[in-house]
Amino acid sequence: MPLAIKHLLGLEGVSREDVTLILDTADSFFEVLQRDIPQVPTLRGRTIVNLFFENSTRTRMSFELAEKRLSASPLNFSTSTSSVAKGESLRDTMRNIEAMKIDMVVVRHGAAGVPSFLTRCTDAAIVNAGDGLHEHPTQALLDMMTIRQRFGKLSGLKVAIIGDVLHSRVARSNAWGMTTMGMDVTLCGPPTLLPQHPRALGVRVTDSMDEALRDANVVMLLRLQLERQGAGLFPSIREYRERYGLDLDKLNKLPGDIVVMHPGPINRGIELASNVADSDKSVILDQVTNGVAVRMAVLFLLGGGENA
Amino acid sequence: MHKKPDGRLVYLPGIDAHPACILIKNGRVIDPANNVDAELSLGVENGVVSFVDKEIPEGFRPQEEIDAQGMWVVPGLVDMHVHLREPGREDKETIETGTHAAAAGGFTAVACMPNTNPVLDEESKIRYVVQRGQHCPCRIFPIGSLTKGLLGEELSPFGEMVRAGARAVSDDGRSVHKSNMMKNALNYSKSFKIPVICHCEDSDLSAGGHMNEGPVSTRLGLRGIPSIAEETIVARDIMLAEYTGARIHIAHVSTAGSLRAVREAKERGVPVTCETCPHYFTLCDEDIGDYDTNRKMNPPLRSAADRAEIVAALADGTIDVIASDHAPHVSEEKDVEFDAASFGVIGLETSLGATLTYLVEKDILMPADLVEKMSLNPNRILGLDGGTLSKGRRADITIIDPKTTWKVDPSGFFSKSRNTPFGGFSLKGCAHATILGGAIVYLRNTK
Repeated sequence: MPLAIKHLLGLEGVSREDVTLILDTADSFFEVLQRDIPQVPTLRGRTIVNLFFENSTRTRMSFELAEKRLSASPLNFSTSTSSVAKGESLRDTMRNIEAMKIDMVVVRHGAAGVPSFLTRCTDAAIVNAGDGLHEHPTQALLDMMTIRQRFGKLSGLKVAIIGDVLHSRVARSNAWGMTTMGMDVTLCGPPTLLPQHPRALGVRVTDSMDEALRDANVVMLLRLQLERQGAGLFPSIREYRERYGLDLDKLNKLPGDIVVMHPGPINRGIELASNVADSDKSVILDQVTNGVAVRMAVLFLLGGGENA
Repeated sequence: MHKKPDGRLVYLPGIDAHPACILIKNGRVIDPANNVDAELSLGVENGVVSFVDKEIPEGFRPQEEIDAQGMWVVPGLVDMHVHLREPGREDKETIETGTHAAAAGGFTAVACMPNTNPVLDEESKIRYVVQRGQHCPCRIFPIGSLTKGLLGEELSPFGEMVRAGARAVSDDGRSVHKSNMMKNALNYSKSFKIPVICHCEDSDLSAGGHMNEGPVSTRLGLRGIPSIAEETIVARDIMLAEYTGARIHIAHVSTAGSLRAVREAKERGVPVTCETCPHYFTLCDEDIGDYDTNRKMNPPLRSAADRAEIVAALADGTIDVIASDHAPHVSEEKDVEFDAASFGVIGLETSLGATLTYLVEKDILMPADLVEKMSLNPNRILGLDGGTLSKGRRADITIIDPKTTWKVDPSGFFSKSRNTPFGGFSLKGCAHATILGGAIVYLRNTK
């Protein structure tokens, strides 16, 4: 059964069947990754462009590794200049790269909607690796894969996503994806770091960490961009840590099977205390491992590869 | 004579160049200034209205006859908020192409904003625009800048600009940030009996935003421009107008809160008028859909609830004027990621059709209300002498066909630019003919 979607632009509107298919496929690629030779020939001869307009090391590495594990040829294009700065327009960039005969595009860009824009510039399948404040769907998929590994299910679980929700595409993708999968999502942060109109995301929103953590099975901390303090969105690291950081005291009050997640990179000692990040409740490194498997699954399913 | 693929036709005799003797018969003459709304014949001679009557005077020998059966004969429409881009960005629009678009849209006059390059902030620049407009099919009334270079620091010379032909002052595109500077500008404007046109936007609140802040911006991951960015400055400028006694006109009102402030100020007798644009009463932020940059303008398309309030305020008279905020941009400024796209949409060739379709056809405005908001009121606000069809008045006349349905095809526009939010829309009603100073400058080809 193929995916209903032709591109992965976001998780809003993606069906439960499609998400399940991606996660099931990712599970089988997870097995592949445990082998002595963790590589399959499924996308041999395909060229996948990693089009990164925004700095990223780990997401780009994760995609590149996924592409190599599938025997595809990665082509990396990194630039920090977009058409906003004087230079080539996005459409021209895409048309030029397409003229080199490529099969798929993985794109990260600081402006929301760029992956969708690219679908109007090329026939290649587009995978969103993060666009502005909009979505980061493969991150949410790897988060759900990790949770499913721990709990054996998704439906019915409660998740608290805590931090700078306003500027987080990870929170948005998780809100859509997890809700689709029947999970109960609460977004939490100071009112200045929450969307003014959060109801659009269809999830619960609170500024109280206690309330968010009540009955939670999973707690996900978001990275705090320190420059938000200068923008007047929170007064001090100390107050932020106290109100929205997860330390051992708060962790010990939570149920024994609580799972702690973080999309990385971590600000140790701010949103997450070191001894929590390194505790047996933390699945942060599993998230990284699963990231490769999930991206293999997405590329494989959208790239029309043969059976895994 | 210019032909366009969709069969429309424009004569370009230049203003008052060849006034003809014209008979417009069988039309419904709508002239709210004179309380006229009846099927009458109208004669034009020597550039002025020579009669408006049931009977055609004996001895009247017209060179041209227009059968206006089923049509409305109204005072020439005025769009008091357009950007003609000349001087500086002639690749987007010129005074020539912009006035062609205006004539085809049924307008006999436009007021153009000063945010050109260079800015229209002194006598010679105003004079340049006036001169460039002399042989165009639509009158041009320039708006001078409020502050030099639109920088909000020093007053522009209102007196010299008015002498050269400016009919209002505005820093459109931004607000005067310093309240004291705005107070001074309002006080100073009183000597010249000109309105100060206020673009209301608190740039601290709107900074970095690309669309209305609301559920849709949350979903799309676009940074929002909150309604309060507009409303706080509307409130400030109303208070400053009340304090100084100067006359203000609020440009492109887009939110319910701005309308509450204007309505309350009018009740108190503050000398304030306001306008909205067709996109604000037809579309809302949900229509941005999949990051459609032809739906990106400033102020942005607001919520459906705001749109409903705009419609209600058009009906109850809180909104005095419908203007297009015609803002041409070349395709490379729109065919880009949403964040990078320029703000603004064109409207001269769709404004009348959208108003007829979404307001008159739906019985929100009566035909006479349309004439007030698109002709009489802008004439009064700018201190122009048009807006009526009294005998002896200059024959600036628009003949409106309220019945014909047409499809908006941007490739057929007279404007140089194509950035319309209404591409592909079916609109009911359009300009049938535009008469300027007694000369037919536009006649829709109905064959």
